Order: sequence, then C-alpha cells, then structure tokens
Amino acid sequence: MARIEYPAIVAYFRDDHLLMDVAEGTRERFRKTNLDAYTPYPVHGLEHALGLKRSWIADAVRVILVTGWGLGLYFQYWTSAVDWATNIGGKPFFSWPAFVPVTFEAGVLMAGISNLILVLATCRLFPRPKTLVLDPELTDNKFALVVPIGRNEDESKIAEYLVEKGAQDLVVVEGADHEAGEYQLRPVAMPLMKGGAAHGFAHAH
Amino acid sequence: MSLELTPQDAPILDPKLRAKDITDSVLRPMGIWPGLPWYVCFGLAQIALALFGVAVAIQFLVGIGIMAISNPVGWGVYIVNFVFWVGIGHAGTLISAILFIFRQKWRTAINRSAEAMTIFAVMTAGAYPLVHVGRSWVGFWLIPYPAERQLWVNFRSPLLWDVFAVTTYLTVSLLFWYQGLIPDWATARDRAKNKVQKMIYSLLSFGWTGSARDWNHYERGYAQFAWIAAPLVLSVHSIVSFDFAVSLIPGWHTTFFPPYFVAGAVFSGFAMVVTLLVIMRKIFQIEHLITIRHLDQMNKIILLTGMLVSYAYIVEFFVAWYSGHQYEQYAFYNRAFGPYGWAFWIMFFCNGVVPHAFWSKRVRTSIPAMFIISILVNIGMWFERFNICMSLHRDFLPANWGIYVMTPYDWMITAGGFGLFFTLFLQFVRVAPTIAIAEIKTTLENPTGFHGKHGHAHGNSHAAQGAH
Repeated sequence: MARIEYPAIVAYFRDDHLLMDVAEGTRERFRKTNLDAYTPYPVHGLEHALGLKRSWIADAVRVILVTGWGLGLYFQYWTSAVDWATNIGGKPFFSWPAFVPVTFEAGVLMAGISNLILVLATCRLFPRPKTLVLDPELTDNKFALVVPIGRNEDESKIAEYLVEKGAQDLVVVEGADHEAGEYQLRPVAMPLMKGGAAHGFAHAH
Repeated sequence: MSLELTPQDAPILDPKLRAKDITDSVLRPMGIWPGLPWYVCFGLAQIALALFGVAVAIQFLVGIGIMAISNPVGWGVYIVNFVFWVGIGHAGTLISAILFIFRQKWRTAINRSAEAMTIFAVMTAGAYPLVHVGRSWVGFWLIPYPAERQLWVNFRSPLLWDVFAVTTYLTVSLLFWYQGLIPDWATARDRAKNKVQKMIYSLLSFGWTGSARDWNHYERGYAQFAWIAAPLVLSVHSIVSFDFAVSLIPGWHTTFFPPYFVAGAVFSGFAMVVTLLVIMRKIFQIEHLITIRHLDQMNKIILLTGMLVSYAYIVEFFVAWYSGHQYEQYAFYNRAFGPYGWAFWIMFFCNGVVPHAFWSKRVRTSIPAMFIISILVNIGMWFERFNICMSLHRDFLPANWGIYVMTPYDWMITAGGFGLFFTLFLQFVRVAPTIAIAEIKTTLENPTGFHGKHGHAHGNSHAAQGAH
C-alpha cells in the first residue's frame, strides 16, 4: 500500500487512457516526481506517464535464483561428500549429474518464495484488518490521480488544470485517521469555481 | 458460403463487456448461498473423502499389507494415483505461466480456476506417496535436516527428487496463485457489505489499494514468477518420470519418458480443466466470461497433446522392437496382449482415438461433446499410469510373476483422491473470485466504455497515445 504524501489533490477519472494523458501532462507541467495513481487493473504505460522507474524486483529474483542453485548444489555436495560420505552403488561421492534435479528445484523454491516476499515488502503489503481506501470504486472501474501539493504551491492551479483536462471530481487529502481507517478529506480551494462547483462537475463525456 | 458468424469467428470476449460487469459477475457467487447442485457435489465429495480416511486409518492400524501391493507389483494404486494427480496439476501452471509468457490473453478467464485446480491436484497427489511410505508419521524424514539419526537423505534417489519437485511445485504454484488473488481480494473488500466480510477480505488483500507504484512492482514480480514457474512445470513431471526412467525395469528405462510424461500431464490437465469449467461456468452463470472460444482453444491443446501421447505410445513399441532387447520386447508385447491388455486398449482408445474428434469445429464447440471427451481423456490417462505401473507384474523371473488384484481398500483410496480434490475445489469456487478480475479487465476491448471517444479532444495527447 503506497503512502500518499499529504496534502495531495486526488482527481477521479472514469477512463484509463484519459488518466494516462493527464498524468503525463501534470508531471510535465508541474514538474512532479512524486505522482501516484490508483487503478483497478494494471494500466499499460501508466508507469511511464507517471515517470516511475522500472521495478528492480525481477533482477533481484534472478540473482536469488542463481544463488539458490549454488546453495542447493553446495548443500548436496556437503552432505554427500563431506559431512557423511556414503558409498552408494559405487558412485563418486560428488556425483553431480544426480544432483541436478534437486539443485534446480532448490533455486526455484528460493526464488519463488523471495519473489512474493519482495513484492509484498516493497509495496508494504501485509494483512491488516482495516485498509485505507480513497474510494471503493478504485478497485472496480474508477481511476484516480494523486498529485501531492508542494509547500508553497497554489493548489487551485493544479486543480484548474486537472478539471480542464477532464477530471470528474477533485478532493484534497489532508491526512489519514488510521484508527478509523479513513482519510481526512476536504474540498479543493478553487476561487474560480465557487459555490460547490469544484465538486461533482460533469466531465465532457 | 454463408456469412453467418460461427462461434469461432466471434471475439473471445464480448466487446461490450465493461470492467464493472466483470466485478459484478465474478463476485456475485461469493455473496450468496450456493444452490442444490453444489450441496449434492459437496456431499458426494465428502463421502469419497471419508472413504480415503477410513482406508488410511485401517492401513495405519493393520499395516500396508491390506492393500493389493505386493511382489512383484510394489507400486500399485498409490503411484498410479500420484502420477495421475500430479499430471492433472500441470495444466494450471501451464495456463498461468507459459501462456502468460506467450501473451495469450485468453488465459485470463481461466487461469485462476486452473491454478486452484493445480494446487488441489498436487495436494491430492502428495497424499498418496505419504501414505505409501507406510509409516507416514515419520514422513518428515524425507526432508534433509540435521537429525539425531546423523544421516542425510540420499540425493541420488529419484524418489527424493520427487519430494523436492512436488513440494517446490506446490509452494511456488500456491504463492503465484496468491499473488494473483491479492488485487481481487481488494475488489471483494471494497464491495463487501458487512463488517466481518470487510475485515476478512481486508486481511486477505494484504491492504492492496491499486496504487500505480504498487502495480509497477507487482507486474514485474508477476512476470518474473511466470518465468520461474514455466521451467518448473516442465521439470516436475520430468522428475516424476525419472522415478520410472532411472530404474532398470523393462518398459520404464527409457530416455524419452520426460517429454512423454509432460505431454501426458498437459493433456490430462487440460481435460480436467474442461470438465470443471463446463460445469462451473454454467452453475455460476459466467458463460460470457468463459466463452465457447476459450473452451475451443483448450480443446485444441487437448488435440495437440493427445497426438503427442499417441506418438509416444507408438514410439515405445517401435523402440522395444528396434532395441532387440528380449525383456523390453516382452514388456510391451505383454502390455498390449497380456493379462492387462484390456487396460492398454482402454487407454489407447481414450487417449489416442477419442481426441481426434476435436478436428471437427462442431465437436470442439459442443459442450456435451467436449464434456464427454474430457471425461474419457481423464479415464484414459488414469489407465496410462495404471499400465505403466502394471509393467511390474511380469519381471525378469517368471517365478515372480503375479497379478495385481485391487482390494476394496485400493478402490477406497482411489475414490478418496477425487473426494479430497473436489472437497477443496468446491470450497474454492464458493469463497474466492474464480476469475482473475483485475487481469481479465486488461484484456477487455473497452473496459471503461470511453475508449475511442476522446483522444483527439485532448490537446496534449502525446504521440504514443494518438492511437486511441
């Protein structure tokens, strides 16, 4: 569960392509390196639009795979030829061709377990009875772009841009109440769109 | 020629399907009590499972002599069922990993249930050798750990390779499956109505929120998992085949056992997937997600792998003849024309003849036809393993020859495997999302209903997005 940098504007979208366009535009225009988005399914290309680096997980897993092979083979050598060498059918103590299957499986087992652990740890995922959720539809068919507001930044500028580009709804996240499992939200301060206009205005669609 | 759309020409998923439809149809069965058919199936599975329990309990009390295994057939129904169930397990990882690597998008509708099937089949398979060792309560001696016995396991033994292969396969499949489930538990959590459900799904979802930063790692991790699992699928049944091939028994000592076993495993696994999905899509009303096109694709794989195993059957006979080896020749002559000839011909008919019906488009897309064929294939594949194990009944010395007579316990333990498998599978379809919700959404033509409507309307659409 990625953390939101408070305060941040959350802009809701009904379409993934639109989200991707706006994410890219926002990143370039406001020079943001800390954007995030919420999508119900992986949106191909969104990581580029947000300027995210390629995940290192696969590389780490490959290193672990090879390490696992090494350890698996070494363990078999050590048990069969060093710690308690046993003559089995007159074969050499270190009869490596017979050790290939277990070596392979040892590496795969280590890599497989580390793969999931790495994904969970990197994304800070662990079982928790309450999950902070911005909007329950974000795991169904809604999309959100999270734009952290800089220290001296005018949030209305960002908000105006997002609305102009087609955001359906905007809200500012001020923080989170972990006890209640809720985010603290407030409407966006938008001088140009007073009278509740910043909430619930319809997108062109 | 008529221009009517046949099922083959139809898109694999309706282009009008939206992300919301997927969520609704997949999560709906999770919130309601199942109908009568589910209870009937579950009841039957429970009865079969009880048979397994009774047989094993009596075996523990009396000893392994109550089973039909003896000299010369030391590997009876235990190993027949073990290999049968491990084989069934292979389709799931093939679908989830190998088809993932080949970017076969249609896999997203079936991968979740096929992976679940894999896990439960491998668990069922694992139960057999554990009982077969006799003193199952010391089964953990197979794990190499520094013990008071001061001995290590024998890493040169194919039976130990099996322990490693099967446990690795079970673990990796389970973790791969669970990673796929995490975003779907989150979807279930965010739509849960009552507090208890919400809490359970929140725990299961590990707090997944669908952040793009998380998806970035998740997707790379998932792809890497597929790359690890793909060779694993091939290795597991290869290693199972080594149990036979590394021995010196005529009919077993063959270098081509690994590919033959893997093809057979995929063959039987896909047949089981078809059997299960035909029922599941009907009962849970997800025929629009698991379409006739999906079943058609799987039937093509059954046809292909069916031909591979038939080829293997024929080559086995050819090589036996060509080897000029008396015992090898007799083993195969005896397999087809000896006391177990009937089992051989059942196998050959079910695996070598029946799948050829799938050359016809009409058969491939007919639900009753594919259901019957998939059951016949499962029967055929059970008999394939039966045939291989029964090679033992006439070994080198005619004085040792014997016949394997199934006792009631043998039957109970065989039925029990189905009981264990279906108990687990039926519970899975009740409580978990049976289709990978997040994954299948990515394969929809227009998941949000907006694609194609804008794109040019937005001034800053960059070139890469121009295609929309």
